[in-house]
Amino acid sequence: MNYESQFIKENKSESKYEYVSTYKIEIDQKRTTRRIKLSNASRYIFSLSLVFALSVLVILLYRIGVDSIGWLNFNFLTGRLSIFPEKAGIFSVIMGSVFLTLIVIPVTLILGVSTAIYLEEYASSGKIRRIINTNISNLASVPSVIFGLLGLTVFSRMLNLGSSILAGGLTLSLLVLPIIVVSSQEAIKAVPGFLKEASLAMGATKWTTIRKVVLPVAIPGILTGSILSISRAIGETAPLVVLGIPTLIMTTPTNIFDDFTALPIQIYYWTLDTVLTPEYANLAAATIVVLLVVLFIMNSAAIIIRNKFQKKF
Amino acid sequence: MSESVRDFNEYKSNLAYDVKNLNLWYGKDQALKDISLQIEKNQVTAIIGPSGCGKSTFIKTLNRMIENIPIVKTQGEILYNNKDIFDKSIKVEELRTKVGMVFQKPNPFPKSIYENVVYGPKIHGIKDKSMLMEIAETSLKGAALWEEVKDRLNDNAYGLSGGQQQRLCIARAMAVQPEIILMDEPTSALDPIATYKIEELIDQLKKNYTIVIVTHSMQQAARISDKTAFLLMGELIEFDKTEKIFSNPRDKRTEDYVTGRFG
Repeated sequence: MNYESQFIKENKSESKYEYVSTYKIEIDQKRTTRRIKLSNASRYIFSLSLVFALSVLVILLYRIGVDSIGWLNFNFLTGRLSIFPEKAGIFSVIMGSVFLTLIVIPVTLILGVSTAIYLEEYASSGKIRRIINTNISNLASVPSVIFGLLGLTVFSRMLNLGSSILAGGLTLSLLVLPIIVVSSQEAIKAVPGFLKEASLAMGATKWTTIRKVVLPVAIPGILTGSILSISRAIGETAPLVVLGIPTLIMTTPTNIFDDFTALPIQIYYWTLDTVLTPEYANLAAATIVVLLVVLFIMNSAAIIIRNKFQKKF
Repeated sequence: MSESVRDFNEYKSNLAYDVKNLNLWYGKDQALKDISLQIEKNQVTAIIGPSGCGKSTFIKTLNRMIENIPIVKTQGEILYNNKDIFDKSIKVEELRTKVGMVFQKPNPFPKSIYENVVYGPKIHGIKDKSMLMEIAETSLKGAALWEEVKDRLNDNAYGLSGGQQQRLCIARAMAVQPEIILMDEPTSALDPIATYKIEELIDQLKKNYTIVIVTHSMQQAARISDKTAFLLMGELIEFDKTEKIFSNPRDKRTEDYVTGRFG
């Protein structure tokens, strides 16, 4: 609305700009019927892809379920590892995964969320920030075996942590850190600017605004992304294989400097040795069931948290 | 309390703001051109003008919220209680404590009604529960919202209607005890009845506060303001008593605008 609109208004009154249509839309009943049919059919076409994915999953679950019958029992969950399949239990393996999680959660959450806050709220939006952002996104898609090599070089060799829980936990943390940074960035970005403005306009500092307004609103998104990526870390095998986790650990780890073995890696080793001892396949299947249950619980937690904290604007 | 706020408090004058030769650029585009005007205390000053004329930019400069946009450059002086708000000794946090703001779209926090009102007092260090409750009550009464929400203070603020949300935002701004309340088109998202309530409230508020209001509606400016500034393409065309602007403006462009000939 400036001086130009004045003239448009004046010209309008002389109906100089009267709207004259140069085409007409006619209803073609045959064509309409065809379009509705196609629209209805599309629903089935798309559902087919779901059927394919689901059937593969069901077959997999069925095979694992059948293999693990009779092997997945109380002794298996609480017993020690053994080279004799009948005696083998995975208590120390479960504890290894628990310890790993206890390292991965704080390290990735603290580092990841802090990085995301810095990039979204403090870093000036320039070329450097764009380069950093692109690199973080790229890191999120680097194969996990490469993170394993990185962990082997830095944590195992340079920091002399060997194949301890700490080395494994830090390596897995590196692996999921980029994903947590990116998902936390998205969650922080989604906090409406008008909420930040409201806080700043009342004399709040930037940090107060982040702490009291941005983070509470962003936390469901941050937690959902984090839990999903941490559950990925729990299922990772390759980086741990590269770290040289021993094949058979008889003792349960008690602190983060102990050697350990974890659920996915035990599945891997047992599967490798199936040629020598066929029963190892059943042990692997039973361990897979345990791992899937753990992942299922974690992902359900992510969904529950998201639904509980989700707020509408 | 730091020195700058003490100065804000002690200064006695009937002037709230004295804007001197204010220029503002978004990058290379100049949005405000050499604006000088004086805003008096306990009055309602309306800022009118067509879209894009810089009225929102101007009001956001008064509490330096405009600086949240990184490319903004300013030049000139804005004296608030006789101190230049761009001076290095001024902390924006303190300025914004004394100069509250209400935005175009109601923007309550996704928290309870009570938590919304006490947000400001809490960040400024008030912890006492009964004190906070008292603040909530006074502010909500001041914003003419108390009767409507007193039984549901712990309900989420998003359950309120748009007009109620906007009055909640006014209560939230009042809870910080500002001297000035800036309003950036506070009724543009509201229906006529809610608008009427807010206008009635503004009339009440000017006893205790200085109000600067940006508005799209000339009728609104005529109804509620004591003085009116007309901006056009970043320039202050005319600033005078509201009756004068609407009945006998000096400038032809002001006359064209207020009589609805353009914009």
